[in-house]
Amino acid sequence: MGRGWNRALGALTIAGALALAGCGQGGGSAAKPNTTYQETLIQQLIDAKPGDVITIPAGVYAIDRGLSLDADGVTIRGAGMDKTVLSFKGQAAGAEGLLVNASNFTIEDLAIEDAKGDGLKVNEGENIIIRRVRAEWTGGPKTSNGAYGLYPVQVRNLLIEDSVAIGASDAGIYVGQSNNVVVRRNRAEFNVAGIEIENTQNADVYDNLATNNTGGILVFNMPNLKVSGFATRIFRNRVEGNNTGNFGRKGSAVASVPAGSGVVINSNDQVEIFDNDIGGNNTANVIISSYFSTGYMNREGVAPTFDPWPEAIFIHDNRFTPGGNKPDGLDLQALRVAKFGVTGSLPDVLWDGYVDVKKFKDGKVDPALAVCVDNGAAQTLNADAPHKHKSPALVGDAVRCRLTPLPAISVAAAGPIPAERKVPAPGKP
Amino acid sequence: MKRLVLLLVALALSACTPRPLTPRFIAEGMPEKLADWGVVGVRAGHLVLADGVQPYELNTPLFSDYAGKLRTVWMPKGQSATWKPDTAFDFPVGTVVTKTFYYPKAADGTVAPGDNLRLGDTGAGLDLSRVRLVETRVLVHRANGWAAFPYVWNDTQTGATLKRIGQAIPMTLTRPGRTDRFDHPVSSRFIYQVPNVNQCAGCHATDHVAKALLPIGLKSRHLDREVTLAGARFNQLDRLVMVGYLKGLPPADGRVRAPDWRDESVPLEPRARAWLDINCGHCHSPKGPADTSGLYLDAASPAGASLGLCKPPVAAGQGTGGFSRDIDPGKPDQSILMFRTGSTDPGAMMPELGRALAHDEALALLRRWIAAMPPGCP
Repeated sequence: MGRGWNRALGALTIAGALALAGCGQGGGSAAKPNTTYQETLIQQLIDAKPGDVITIPAGVYAIDRGLSLDADGVTIRGAGMDKTVLSFKGQAAGAEGLLVNASNFTIEDLAIEDAKGDGLKVNEGENIIIRRVRAEWTGGPKTSNGAYGLYPVQVRNLLIEDSVAIGASDAGIYVGQSNNVVVRRNRAEFNVAGIEIENTQNADVYDNLATNNTGGILVFNMPNLKVSGFATRIFRNRVEGNNTGNFGRKGSAVASVPAGSGVVINSNDQVEIFDNDIGGNNTANVIISSYFSTGYMNREGVAPTFDPWPEAIFIHDNRFTPGGNKPDGLDLQALRVAKFGVTGSLPDVLWDGYVDVKKFKDGKVDPALAVCVDNGAAQTLNADAPHKHKSPALVGDAVRCRLTPLPAISVAAAGPIPAERKVPAPGKP
Repeated sequence: MKRLVLLLVALALSACTPRPLTPRFIAEGMPEKLADWGVVGVRAGHLVLADGVQPYELNTPLFSDYAGKLRTVWMPKGQSATWKPDTAFDFPVGTVVTKTFYYPKAADGTVAPGDNLRLGDTGAGLDLSRVRLVETRVLVHRANGWAAFPYVWNDTQTGATLKRIGQAIPMTLTRPGRTDRFDHPVSSRFIYQVPNVNQCAGCHATDHVAKALLPIGLKSRHLDREVTLAGARFNQLDRLVMVGYLKGLPPADGRVRAPDWRDESVPLEPRARAWLDINCGHCHSPKGPADTSGLYLDAASPAGASLGLCKPPVAAGQGTGGFSRDIDPGKPDQSILMFRTGSTDPGAMMPELGRALAHDEALALLRRWIAAMPPGCP
């Protein structure tokens, strides 16, 4: 009896700690903000020339309008992500905290808090380094929070490392339409999507922690864009307990992600997921899905060139711990109960089952384009979405295959992949 | 004593007698005062233009919080631009373009909308007893490209000073015909944002890779317009040719003209497209910064998914407003385009820069345009 109580109390304590962690790490902005520094900073950003280092001393700085930088070859450097804080709490104008349109850009050791739109957006450029930057909405997960924390788009040669993203109403770290990318040792918590790689080619995502998001790590392709994504490796990450209710604005791509998703692939190709610790994600540890399953597909508004089928997906050698016991949404709950019983769980890999029959070879899926799950005892459920979920089935043996591993990505600033795995710890309450 | 008074008066007068306005091309540096350019200036209580400075207006202008705009172009003697069918004209080095943002004064220190005022209404200058000058932006074509300088007018309206970091100016707009139930005029308080020079590039660097600034309004389709000025009625492009500023102009039937978005005699579609082109097309084009969205609203892009018809958003975030299509045909109230152009939340609104108020009259036009589309997304 006594033991039972102890256990119950222990659970309560953990729940309390989690709730506190949900409030984020807003401590940085508690100090009285400096309201006059912004003019100095804007002047520096305007006057910046290649080779300049803009140093922002420790302090909390209130910024009431969007900042922007156009000059190539500039470094912005703070005194630490908990020491130099740009607070956009009172922002009256600008769709980003900081908007950068430049190459050879480095930003490091500072925080961007409570931007009205995106935290940091880097739109078009080469050789971009985002290092030890924290992008956070300090009021915890809210639909009214800005969309993206760290948001490079249409860049080439990108390194995002040792950074933190908390509270984004879309993706904490979002890499869009880019090429040659390394995302490592970052911590993404309490976002709708922790880390999202979208319409991006050649990305290595490793040694990151994604926890307490709605979905941990997403690899998506969206229609109507100039480039489609392929060749992403997700490895050595911890993707655990991503069960925060979806607080994304309806209509956004991530609003379709069920809470409790670990790694989610949507419509992307050549994705290799290996050597990760993935667990405690209540819908499924890994979801493989097509744009058909997002509810946004229509002939008129989606370019006919768009390929919505996830192909050449290779999942192997991950360490799965239990998940799938409480999937988000009535359909998935019903599926779980129907297939696995009241106390059962969805398996580690949930696949909507869409395949492109036009690409079949000899009446079957081309082995080079297959979905392959070769991960020990891990099971895969084909939800049979193309036939309105008529015959969902475990397809373990049918998908037990291997694909050629993808090559490592080389981004000069990142150097080789370190032998030692260093995944950040979760934020302290 | 009497002589002393006369002397003082004479001194005061001479102190006030301004130099004649003489436009100058300043090839480098950052001129501190708008007066340095000599293009526009205050004389006898009016904002006036120097001789040789050509004012112009656009068929459909960019919305800027209901500000009126006085636009000018000037080129050094003997220089001229070359006509282009679709893009900004090929302007010679030395060209100086200005745009002065102003509001008609209204009761109690508030301002009234000036966006309906035309060149014909303001004549050769702006009467400062009736209007408040806010800022004048200078775009100058130098040897290494176009450069932008924002000048903010002082409270006494005697001059404008360079403000490269921009400025936030609180204002109150009183709009005619808007009254509460007690018949009191309804006014909107807003923060007018003078852009900083990096933000100038946010619109004027229409090719986001090349990053070079370019004029936006100085294109054939926007300028091809009959105006009345000082009693004379003329086509603006013909006038530019006549004063020697433009060469290579083809006859009217060889030119494409943007409609006036307010012209009720024109069908909804071209009017809506003209408004979207000038307000959104500098970013939402295949080369602009918003090409990341796959939504192209410039005049050259075709109708269809890339114009937003049935198109799901890419990275709109909270800008979706809860809707799943940029334009849901027949359903303006479920279209992201309506939501974002009507929003004043910095995290959701479009355009992202250059306004704090919604353009209600244009929203009404966009609403009618979308409502008239055959519904459905097959």
